[in-house]
Amino acid sequence: MDRKTIYFDHAATTPISSEVLEKMLPYLKGNFGNPSSIYYLGRESKKAVEDAREKVAKAISANPREIFFTGSGTEADNWAIKGVAYSNKDKGNHIITTSIEHHAVLHTCRYLESDGFEVTYLPVDENGLVSPDDVLKAIKPNTILISVMFANNEIGTIQPIGEIGKIAKEKGIIFHTDAVQAVGNVPIDVNELNIDLLSLSAHKLYGPKGVGALYIKKGVKITSFIHGGAQERGRRASTENVAGIVGLGEAIKIATENMEENNKKLLSLRDRTIEEVLKNIPFTRLNGDRQNRLPGNANFSFEFIEGESLLLMLDMKGIAASSGSACTSGSLDPSHVLLAIGLSHEIAHGSLRITFGKDNTHADIDILLNELPEIVGRLREMSPLYEKVKRGKQYV
Amino acid sequence: MYSDKVMDHFANPRNVGEIENADGIGEVGNAKCGDIMKMYLKIENNVIVDAKFKTFGCGAAVATSSISTELIIGKTVDEALNITNKAVAEALDGLPPAKMHCSNLAEEAIRAAIQDYKNKNGLSDNEDGCITCCKRCEDINHDID
Repeated sequence: MDRKTIYFDHAATTPISSEVLEKMLPYLKGNFGNPSSIYYLGRESKKAVEDAREKVAKAISANPREIFFTGSGTEADNWAIKGVAYSNKDKGNHIITTSIEHHAVLHTCRYLESDGFEVTYLPVDENGLVSPDDVLKAIKPNTILISVMFANNEIGTIQPIGEIGKIAKEKGIIFHTDAVQAVGNVPIDVNELNIDLLSLSAHKLYGPKGVGALYIKKGVKITSFIHGGAQERGRRASTENVAGIVGLGEAIKIATENMEENNKKLLSLRDRTIEEVLKNIPFTRLNGDRQNRLPGNANFSFEFIEGESLLLMLDMKGIAASSGSACTSGSLDPSHVLLAIGLSHEIAHGSLRITFGKDNTHADIDILLNELPEIVGRLREMSPLYEKVKRGKQYV
Repeated sequence: MYSDKVMDHFANPRNVGEIENADGIGEVGNAKCGDIMKMYLKIENNVIVDAKFKTFGCGAAVATSSISTELIIGKTVDEALNITNKAVAEALDGLPPAKMHCSNLAEEAIRAAIQDYKNKNGLSDNEDGCITCCKRCEDINHDID
């Protein structure tokens, strides 16, 4: 980074940690062999890929043969949902998901709707929690897949995945979870939680961009996603991104080994921020569940102001964060997640997501807590909505 | 994504505030869409002698509000009515395509404030009084025309 940035956007992406980069470099330099080649260089690459597969499997208590590398978390979500839908068409055409999924899931489901599938989008409560009872009630004789994200990328809410997995197992329905935000932050045992398919991504874990994985439980019926080679046992053709895969393996190993210690730190940063922001800035609410929440996530709505303006002002102070406002999404609608938890458009436009990472310190939070009230105040002074409140008129 | 000029007007907005006993006030946009602009005008002998604004919105909304006040101060009412969204965007060295509706909003805010002035002074040829403020999000034009 060519200027000093206090980085609070770890849910967007994370920097590659130096330990991970060290492990990757040999495969970007001398060890360039194609894992499918039979000579020494190829075998070295193959070994590296299989070693990474073991590490990913271990992190979620799966068997290495159940791990398939992909080009991203989004690809893993696409594969899980389309793959199950198309290979189980003879059993039914109904999919259950939620209204707060990442677009990688939501847009895939919408695509399938245009191809004759029927999708139920379950609502969430005001904290963003899906009710397992709603999942149970939505199941029909033609339901072939349940897809519920492990933890939400915007508001950090962690779903009752174990309960939903149990329901899916009892009903004999395939259960997928998008765990891109959860892996490395929440302990995951795919067997204990009855998860059949799980998507994950390296760049949220201090690994490289452009590599993810899909866990496919042994016996789950799913079509191949990319055709054209024998890689990933014929299920996902493409010459392996060896360095990327090595990076994912190392990153997930470090993340799961250090989870407890890292979470302790993240929780202390998060809880202090939530407490002080709510105390010091009026007309502010916390979005997402206070307890069932990713350790690094804080998401606020500041009434009467707009999120992009807030981000630009924070950026001027060297602070990087994100927002669910329409202006940052490229559409005129604010985040579907914030609307799904019942926020009005106005309040959703004024959201700020702060996601902490392993390199953040309390000194970073000092700066944020010092700047934020002033920035919010400045934008409110400029806002015609705040004017009405100051005059005691009812805010409409 | 924003030009230096947009960032300058966002970071140091000119003419923020309200005018007491303004001769014309126009409010356009709505909070649902994420931007509201409120323009206050002081008009003497048909010339805009002062303009102030309050805006709820993104960086481009604040910057277009700010530059609009600069563009209209010193102009006659008719001259101000001729300021187009294109002129607002050009004065800022351009806006990203997705933000062009913000320049429409600035143009509309000027028109709405002048309409209010005309209505108050019996100068209006259009008794309707609401030219633009009833627009919904879906109607906002994203392309420059």
